[in-house]
Amino acid sequence: MKQKLRRSMLFVPGSNTGMVCNAFIYKPDTVMFDLEDSVALSEKDSARMMVFHALQHFTYKNIETAVRVNPLNSPFGLLDLEAVIRAGVDIIRLPKTDTVDDVLEMEQEIAHIENRIGREKKTLLLAAIESALGVVNAVDIARCSKRMMGIALGAEDFVRDLHTQRTKEGLELMAARNQILLAARAAKIGAFDSVFSDVKDKEGFMHEVEYIKGLGFDGKSLINPTQIPWLHKAFEPRQKDINWAIEVLEAAKDAKERGLGVISLDGKMVDAPIILRAEWIMNLARASGVLGEDQ
Amino acid sequence: MKDIAKHFTKEALTPINASFYSEKENVKGEDRRAKICESIEEAIKRSELKDGMTISFHHAFRGGDLLINNVMNVIAKMGFKNLTLASSSLASVHDPVIEHIKNGVVTQIYTSGLRSKLGEAISKGLMEKPVQIHSHGGRVHLVQSGELKIDVAFLGVPVCDAFGNANGYSGRSKCGSLGYAMIDAQYADYVIVLTESLEEYPNVPASLHQDQVDAVVVVDEVGDPSKIGAGETRMTTNPKELLLASHTAKVIEYSGLFKDGFSIQTGTGGASLATTVFLSEKMEEKGITASFGLGGITGTMVYMLKRGLIKTLLDVQSFDEFAAKSLGENKNHIEISANEYANPSSKGASIKQLDIVVLSALEVDLDFNVNVITGSKGFLRGASGGHSDTAAEAKLSIIVAPLTRGRLPTVTKRVNTIVTPGSTVDIVVTDQGIAVNPKNKELKERLKKAGLQIVEMQELYERAIALCGEPAEIKYKDKVVAVIRYRDGSIIDVVRQLA
Amino acid sequence: MSKKLETAHAGTLESSDAFVRVIPIDAKGIEIELESSVEEIYGDAIRDLILETAKAMKVDGVKLIVQDKGALDYVIKARVQTAILRAASQTQPDWSELS
Repeated sequence: MKQKLRRSMLFVPGSNTGMVCNAFIYKPDTVMFDLEDSVALSEKDSARMMVFHALQHFTYKNIETAVRVNPLNSPFGLLDLEAVIRAGVDIIRLPKTDTVDDVLEMEQEIAHIENRIGREKKTLLLAAIESALGVVNAVDIARCSKRMMGIALGAEDFVRDLHTQRTKEGLELMAARNQILLAARAAKIGAFDSVFSDVKDKEGFMHEVEYIKGLGFDGKSLINPTQIPWLHKAFEPRQKDINWAIEVLEAAKDAKERGLGVISLDGKMVDAPIILRAEWIMNLARASGVLGEDQ
Repeated sequence: MKDIAKHFTKEALTPINASFYSEKENVKGEDRRAKICESIEEAIKRSELKDGMTISFHHAFRGGDLLINNVMNVIAKMGFKNLTLASSSLASVHDPVIEHIKNGVVTQIYTSGLRSKLGEAISKGLMEKPVQIHSHGGRVHLVQSGELKIDVAFLGVPVCDAFGNANGYSGRSKCGSLGYAMIDAQYADYVIVLTESLEEYPNVPASLHQDQVDAVVVVDEVGDPSKIGAGETRMTTNPKELLLASHTAKVIEYSGLFKDGFSIQTGTGGASLATTVFLSEKMEEKGITASFGLGGITGTMVYMLKRGLIKTLLDVQSFDEFAAKSLGENKNHIEISANEYANPSSKGASIKQLDIVVLSALEVDLDFNVNVITGSKGFLRGASGGHSDTAAEAKLSIIVAPLTRGRLPTVTKRVNTIVTPGSTVDIVVTDQGIAVNPKNKELKERLKKAGLQIVEMQELYERAIALCGEPAEIKYKDKVVAVIRYRDGSIIDVVRQLA
Repeated sequence: MSKKLETAHAGTLESSDAFVRVIPIDAKGIEIELESSVEEIYGDAIRDLILETAKAMKVDGVKLIVQDKGALDYVIKARVQTAILRAASQTQPDWSELS
């Protein structure tokens, strides 16, 4: 089974017609429509309706979609869920997840709606960690639901919660990033980094991308489509990794053809996680355009 | 001058009285300023302009032009009627021409472009005779062939001396290259140069020459410096334009033409400029230098010249003040006339040496025909310009445009007006796919292998329609309001009056 | 929709958007006034769409004034639906009316 690439998650305010209509053009791995913080209180209903329609439009048929809904304890959360689940969204991004209860409550509401409308496909969850409490509970949050496909860091709010500011170097985020990454890996789900808001600063952006990629993050939220090709380029696998992956997969194919139970490469045993990793690299290589679709 | 000639015959060389030569004519200082007219009106009187004649202007000042309106006002006041207005192009600032048409001062127009209210009014049937729309190269051909016989040319310049030596790269309203004006100066019966500043003689090197000019008028302004620049000159931040530019630069990179000594022409507009920037990055990476840049020269190209990425700039029109200044400063930034640029019947037009041209489009159809003159709604609102000229001669002609503009599809079944025939268009780059002209099989394969999203034009069309909806047919009347002249003077299409 | 409607609006005058005003009128039926930047090629299709959308929501006795700036169909639909829901002070739509 092909593992879904989620390098880039393009953040699209649901109230911005131009961005909603055009986001698909830039081919992010995931489009994330926002109904929460970027939408004014007076426009929650209009943004919800716009996103409801956009999710069903043919332009978003072949792109993974996510929606950040309003909190359940606001007048908007349930209405948001009803609308976007009906519209067939792939992932619900929970705003500010502090505890396991936050997740379970959301999961329950989603399940109710899915049952009521007869939707078979299970909507996935993405928890946004935006506070010290959230970081501390990260492992539990990551593990508590089968629908959870990943956890993401919301840096702005997090840093405020810590009573400090964001800096270029990002030291203030170090603990949060590491915790979230560890939690995600322990739960075998995705880890996603926060947005880099200075669109003009390509160098700073690439620096941050290299850093979080090195830590092991699967992807990053983006606020401007121009950042998408920069990000994808950074995630492009190196040639020697591609070569290794090809060797592994050929060894596996060879072993299968010869009916061998054990696959070995250069005298070392190749087991399932290694094969998965090789397939992952090949996926990435194809998506980056380094390899053709058929290779 | 004394009648010396009769002293010299084949039969007898009679020695002349040596004192003949010691009598110098008493040359008064004022005769050196004989060409200078006190006013536009005086210059027009001297030109012996009559009703029914053809007057011409150039468009190097683009949207910052103040000359055409000023001169036309004087002409109208003087009571002239039935004139043919032949400006190399017209901009939105020239809406006042509508009044002159209504009052019968102008009854025929030759131009490369029509915009704004003037274009709209003509689309709605303002004129009896259809406007003749020509390309930049095609205009020279019309002039040389005699169809466009210019009686009086009014050529605005920032600096000129009393004898008529003028250039566009000095002074206040710098316009840079006078490439279009050069043609009028050469072929018009009577040439009037209107200048903002009278320079000391000789104002050389000159673009318009003393031996072409009949009269000189000093005017307050020929152009508005703040509006002469053709729109965008800085790198765009618009994501769509950047995406288009990125695709276009990649097409060029894998076209097979991207090697040392290649040549290129691009237009203005965010996507074109960004393409140039991305391309220059690749050129630096690979150590490739271009032999020349042609056009339509922008500050971005000047930047590449200064960095040694392009060896020479051949300039028929300077799109911004950087280009205008550079023309006067850089010895490798050369001014060329419209004849040297793109005339199909020229002995030597630079476009014949051009590798790559990047062009825009209002509409493109399934046969790769391009419309740059009428919008999706049928109004005259663009210019033929150098589009059909460059597409015809460049090795690789690339059309770059977003698949849709708002709810207006760029790709249609059939363009409203053909300006550039599909047979001269090699490739169309949109933000949602790239279509290669079927005759370029090898290019198509190469670009596919390079990982570009190559699709059929039919697919692009269907996608545009799926997004915008099937457009209703625009209703026209029978009357022809504009005739689109192809480069060789033949009629390639007509524009009819909107119903 | 049996609820009494108040005047309401939705959308903006930004490019690619549509500004929709709903005004209750005494007469029966649905009146539509459209000012569109793409009138010549999509005007009629857009008027049909607005009418269809309003009819599906079972409104009657309204005038819809729409200023369209080249919005795609689904944007026009979304704005019309939002405006009508606001006019009816209805927060929870009847989803069967809103495909």
